Amino acid sequence: MSNRKRKKAFFSFILSVAGLLILLAIVAPAFAPKDPLATDFAHVLKGPSSKYPFGTDQVGRCIYSRILYGARVSLGMTFLLLMLIFTLGLAIGMVAGMSGGIIDTMIMRITDTVLSFPDTVFAIAIVGILGPGIRNTIFALSVVWWTKYARLTRVLVMGIKNSEYIHAAKMAGAGKLKLITHYIFPNILSSLIVQLALDIGGMMLAIAGLSFLGLGVQSPTPEWGNMLNEGRAYMQTAPWLLIYPGLAIFTVVAIFNVLGDTARDVLDPKHV
Amino acid sequence: MKYYLLKRIVQLMVVMLLATFLTFGLTYISPSDPAEMMLTSRDVIPTEELLEKTREEMGLKDPFILQYGNWLKRLLRGDLGYSYSKRESVAEVLPQRIFMTTRLALAALLILVVFSLGLGILSAIQKSKLADYIIRGFSFVGISIPSFWLGLILIYIFVVKNRWFRITDPYAHKSIILPAMTLAIPLIGRYVRQIRAAILEQYSQDYVVGARARGIREGEIIIHHILPNALLGIITLIGLSTAALLGGTVIVENIFTWPGLGSMALEAITYRDYPLLQAYVIFMVWIYVSINFIVDIMTQALDPRVVIRGGRIGE
Repeated sequence: MSNRKRKKAFFSFILSVAGLLILLAIVAPAFAPKDPLATDFAHVLKGPSSKYPFGTDQVGRCIYSRILYGARVSLGMTFLLLMLIFTLGLAIGMVAGMSGGIIDTMIMRITDTVLSFPDTVFAIAIVGILGPGIRNTIFALSVVWWTKYARLTRVLVMGIKNSEYIHAAKMAGAGKLKLITHYIFPNILSSLIVQLALDIGGMMLAIAGLSFLGLGVQSPTPEWGNMLNEGRAYMQTAPWLLIYPGLAIFTVVAIFNVLGDTARDVLDPKHV
Repeated sequence: MKYYLLKRIVQLMVVMLLATFLTFGLTYISPSDPAEMMLTSRDVIPTEELLEKTREEMGLKDPFILQYGNWLKRLLRGDLGYSYSKRESVAEVLPQRIFMTTRLALAALLILVVFSLGLGILSAIQKSKLADYIIRGFSFVGISIPSFWLGLILIYIFVVKNRWFRITDPYAHKSIILPAMTLAIPLIGRYVRQIRAAILEQYSQDYVVGARARGIREGEIIIHHILPNALLGIITLIGLSTAALLGGTVIVENIFTWPGLGSMALEAITYRDYPLLQAYVIFMVWIYVSINFIVDIMTQALDPRVVIRGGRIGE
């Protein structure tokens, strides 16, 4: 029992750390000492100093400010994407789970097909064909990731569809819509939220990975993946171009991974 | 079993067919003009008149379904089209690339299996001791570290700072170590946890408790009782890691300039060389789907407890 309490306390702690991170990303401009796009050709590829805490890049931009602004892009895209795939997956999975029969089979065949592509390969192919950029990255990653939520929703819906309280609600005259919004959705929500929490880190890595390959967020917009991509050419002379953006991704992903793991322990009682 | 096998094969074909449809559909809606690409690749300056004629010749004016049908027919005959950027047929470009990527993926898989099994077992045996905490710490770092950053760090440490490796020649034996490690480490992090959990679960099973009660030494219990049961886990693990390995090769090959399929795909994107990209996607899907198929069948054959209902394992 005390173990569970301790876990809950830790969950609150890590949740507030993650909240702080998001807050930091929102108010980044207040902390950034420089304009992330401003170049300073007098200070090109200079190591960390009091003027530039994390050094400067190949055109003299302040790495520290770019990382702060990059947090906005990374976190903003991550949460937008998660919201998209959550809504899309929930809607499609709900239709499949509630209707069954031919509609269900058709939806499942489509998800099978999407799942037959290794996810990164599929995302790269879509962005590659449609052209690099933020919009196509969001499109590609949502095409690839929605299936997970559709399948999960479907399985959860099917699991409770025939339980007694649902029958009772039906008997009491609840229509299909009310059944979904009042009885089914609240019951599957916690499992879906746990899945969302588990996926934050992975989604951030997927976005940063595409940007690193030059397919996602394009320069000069600061994003951690594309900062690493630009920085790698200067590895020998200016390793700080690699160290700080990489450390930023690693730290933030690690925090959200811990959040996901603890969320599963605390919120999903079925998982042991 | 026979019925199950047949059903799975039919399912496999349907999924492959839909995958080719999706792949072709994607390139069909792409913003660039194949006729123009074709002419430029032959050093012909594309005039509007010539473009019209080439479009006619290439069948680009046909309705979508007809174009897809023709393309599929050629694909089934093994004709993958002509690569605009390499200026040779895709079928000639592929083999060498496939060879390089397979080498890389297999090396990574070897590292992956050895380390996740070794560390997973060690961590389970030493549960709640120092070694367990260290291994779990490393596995956590492995999960959270972006592979592209890991690769760059490895290059910085082992190539730039301490010239232990050279990565300029991908055909030298030694140069496979760093890319394979980059590919494997994030996955090791993930699977060490799973193997640790699986072994701890076995530990509490009656047959282990019974063996211990009969006075059998702990080491023997692990080798004779727990490991054979863990074998199944390894096979599942290989299946699960396929997608990540295949997807990961793009980033790793890009960092280490490894001349495999991943680099090829990125070149194809840069040059808008769609036949090459199509071949890449279809090949990847094919490999992925087949490996999962084999893994499913093997799990089924090796574990009598797996019950098949409705053609899907474990549902």
